[in-house]
Amino acid sequence: MRSRLFLWLPLALFAFFAGLAGYMLTQDKTEFVESAMIGQSLPDFALKPAFDGLPGAARSDLVGGQPRLLNIWASWCLPCIAEAPQLEALQAQGVEIVGIAIRDRPEDVANFLARHGNPYTRIGADDISEVQLAIGSSGVPETFVIDAAGVIRYQHIGDIRESDIPILLAELEKAR
Amino acid sequence: MIAEIGLAALWLAAALAVLQMVSGAFALRSAEGEANPLAIYARPAAVMQALLAGLAFTMLVWAFAVTDLSVKLVAANSHSMKPMIYKLTGTWGNHEGSMLLWVGVLALSGGLIALFERRLPERTMSAALAVQGFVALGFYAFLLLSSNPFERLPVPAIEGSGLNPLLQDIGLAFHPPTLYAGYVGLSVAFSLAMGALLTREVNPTFARVMRPWVLGAWVLLTFGITAGSYWAYYELGWGGWWFWDPVENASLMPWLAATALLHSVAVLAARDALRTWTIMLGVLAFSMSMLGTFLVRSGVLTSVHAFAVDPERGAFILGLLALNIGGAFTIFALRAGAVAEGKRFSFSSREGALVFNNVMLSAILAIVLLGTLYPLLTEAFDVRVSVGPPYFNPASAMFAIPMFLVMAVGPLLRWKEDSPRRIRFEVLLLAAILIGVIGLVSFFGQFALLPLLGLGLAAALGVAAFLPLRGRKLTRVPVATWGMVMAHFGIAVSLFGMASEGAFTQERLAAVAPGGSDQVGEFTFTLQSVNPVAGPNWTAIEARIAVSRDGGTPVILTPQARNFWSPAQSTSESALLTRWDGQLYAVIGNQAADGRWQIRMWWKPFVTFIWYGGLLIALGGVLAIIGRVRVDMKRRKAVSLGDERRADLEALGTAPVPAE
Repeated sequence: MRSRLFLWLPLALFAFFAGLAGYMLTQDKTEFVESAMIGQSLPDFALKPAFDGLPGAARSDLVGGQPRLLNIWASWCLPCIAEAPQLEALQAQGVEIVGIAIRDRPEDVANFLARHGNPYTRIGADDISEVQLAIGSSGVPETFVIDAAGVIRYQHIGDIRESDIPILLAELEKAR
Repeated sequence: MIAEIGLAALWLAAALAVLQMVSGAFALRSAEGEANPLAIYARPAAVMQALLAGLAFTMLVWAFAVTDLSVKLVAANSHSMKPMIYKLTGTWGNHEGSMLLWVGVLALSGGLIALFERRLPERTMSAALAVQGFVALGFYAFLLLSSNPFERLPVPAIEGSGLNPLLQDIGLAFHPPTLYAGYVGLSVAFSLAMGALLTREVNPTFARVMRPWVLGAWVLLTFGITAGSYWAYYELGWGGWWFWDPVENASLMPWLAATALLHSVAVLAARDALRTWTIMLGVLAFSMSMLGTFLVRSGVLTSVHAFAVDPERGAFILGLLALNIGGAFTIFALRAGAVAEGKRFSFSSREGALVFNNVMLSAILAIVLLGTLYPLLTEAFDVRVSVGPPYFNPASAMFAIPMFLVMAVGPLLRWKEDSPRRIRFEVLLLAAILIGVIGLVSFFGQFALLPLLGLGLAAALGVAAFLPLRGRKLTRVPVATWGMVMAHFGIAVSLFGMASEGAFTQERLAAVAPGGSDQVGEFTFTLQSVNPVAGPNWTAIEARIAVSRDGGTPVILTPQARNFWSPAQSTSESALLTRWDGQLYAVIGNQAADGRWQIRMWWKPFVTFIWYGGLLIALGGVLAIIGRVRVDMKRRKAVSLGDERRADLEALGTAPVPAE
């Protein structure tokens, strides 16, 4: 009888595999790997103003009070034009947005804001992508949720679409 | 019209698969010797089905050839500006087309066996055809219900969106069809095994019928894997030849099972032993093919191959898997106990060696299967892991090394029972070569353990492959034995290539300004210029690199970084300089800010032997098929001559004269 039981072994192994594969097929498959910077404190920085209209940005500007959005962008970046209305919508909801302009020129920044609207309270100029790299951003645009303690809570890669607004608002709420 | 003809043919083929299945099943239910009126349809249904599936596939090829943009599949995967050869190969460079090819090959092999195979008892044959019909029906349903290749667009597209540029390569013309033919050729072994199991006819005749199919599928798999490995080597531009990627493993696993099956079927044919084991491997080999298809098509595993994936389709294939593999294993569990045990043999015999290596091959198969599925298991617990060479190489080597050792001496042993002392001289000779080579190589340099062992084993195996010919008259050695010698020698050659690549490869990554030079191994390379070039559907940056060996005449290499515009994608086209003793592999990278270019160069001594070995193995398989089929034909002719003579004598009313 023992040898008979042994004959069922292939079926048992296969059943285990089929069950596992079936279960995994129903699971959401996210290829997304979360940044290692999530949960880390914002590195120290102090950037000069990107143009004459707004003050520059430093780490201390993002600490304390309500959670804020830190938006990495550039006037030469086309998706940034696409996300400009969404940033304005977020600002209209009372969200404070601090910008960092990457490798930009003051006159271009001013033109961009004049044409596409200005949702920012401050914009720092990061001419050598120093701060960008330090917070683990690899391109423009990217948006970070920073809580009152100066800790990075969420990273959004790419332009903000309309469907992303509720997600960002929820993340800001969570960071409270 | 083209698409409609194809679709109609596919539906008709599916209907015939039902007929084949039902008719075969009825034949199985009728008692021995009693003809069931429905049973006669199984064979013609299988043949017609093969023709119709072939027609459907031809129609799809045609739609691709004329770039019929009203067919969704063509619009999504082809482009009117594409070279003709890639339009044709594009037929199977996508999910639906490749599944149609899969089913086409399945139907074709079912048709062939229905048409030509007359040696088995008719009930076994009917059962096998019923199983073949059942498997085919599942895949027809898959095609028709969830992956219809002939779907029309409501409005024809203006232009096609192209084909993945990596696939616009001549390697694609051969690699997938050969692999598929191999995968699906194993379906015949599966059906025959199930037929034999259902009718309890597991005997040498069954093994002889099954053997050419196993051999044929195995040859195609060997060839397909070899071609695929070389394709990945020069097309992906990473300089590696095997990545233990899930999709590569999906082709390796059926090959391992088929290799084991090939040897156990030989034991069954020659000695009537290993009955249950052969059935098990027959089921396992095709199960691995289907499993591979599932892994590749469902996207449950992440792979560099990144096929378009769809969980719904994955669920469908998983359902088919559960029916086919689950059903087969259930029947196996219920019936295998009833298969009478075969002949016995002692451990030190040809059978003993074959059994040992069968177990080793199965162990390697288990290692690869576990490593491939392990990420699936851990992801169920939200842990993401990637299993790579650090696991696969040592874990499979653990079983491969004893297997190679036994493989060296196995063919020298006699069937049934032998004394190891009889082959003392050969064993000592091989041991001396093994130890000698390892000692010699490690005297000249520091190398990793596995490549070192590989070099020693390759030398010993290379000699061992020819030992079975010792003391025999070469003109009288059967063709099949030459096949074995060649395949085993191919293993040695391939192993030598792998070990040599692992031990002696030299790599150089340099930033070179135009006009600048650098060195890798004995080669000096000079970057002459970097120029833009254009192809039919791509533009590229091409480097001209002059390479000279030991100051000899320079040769120009032109690696490219290509940008395809439909669909937009970039690929790295490596440039190869092949010499008898290795290959120089050049890739161009990015341009640095100061105008210098990244050039990556590898000198890979004897790397080409990996694929030469693969070809030798496949060729050995071809010789074995020729030898076996020829012997079979002779035997059949002799039997039919004998029958004729007996009939003549009976007609004359005289008793046959007993032979002396």
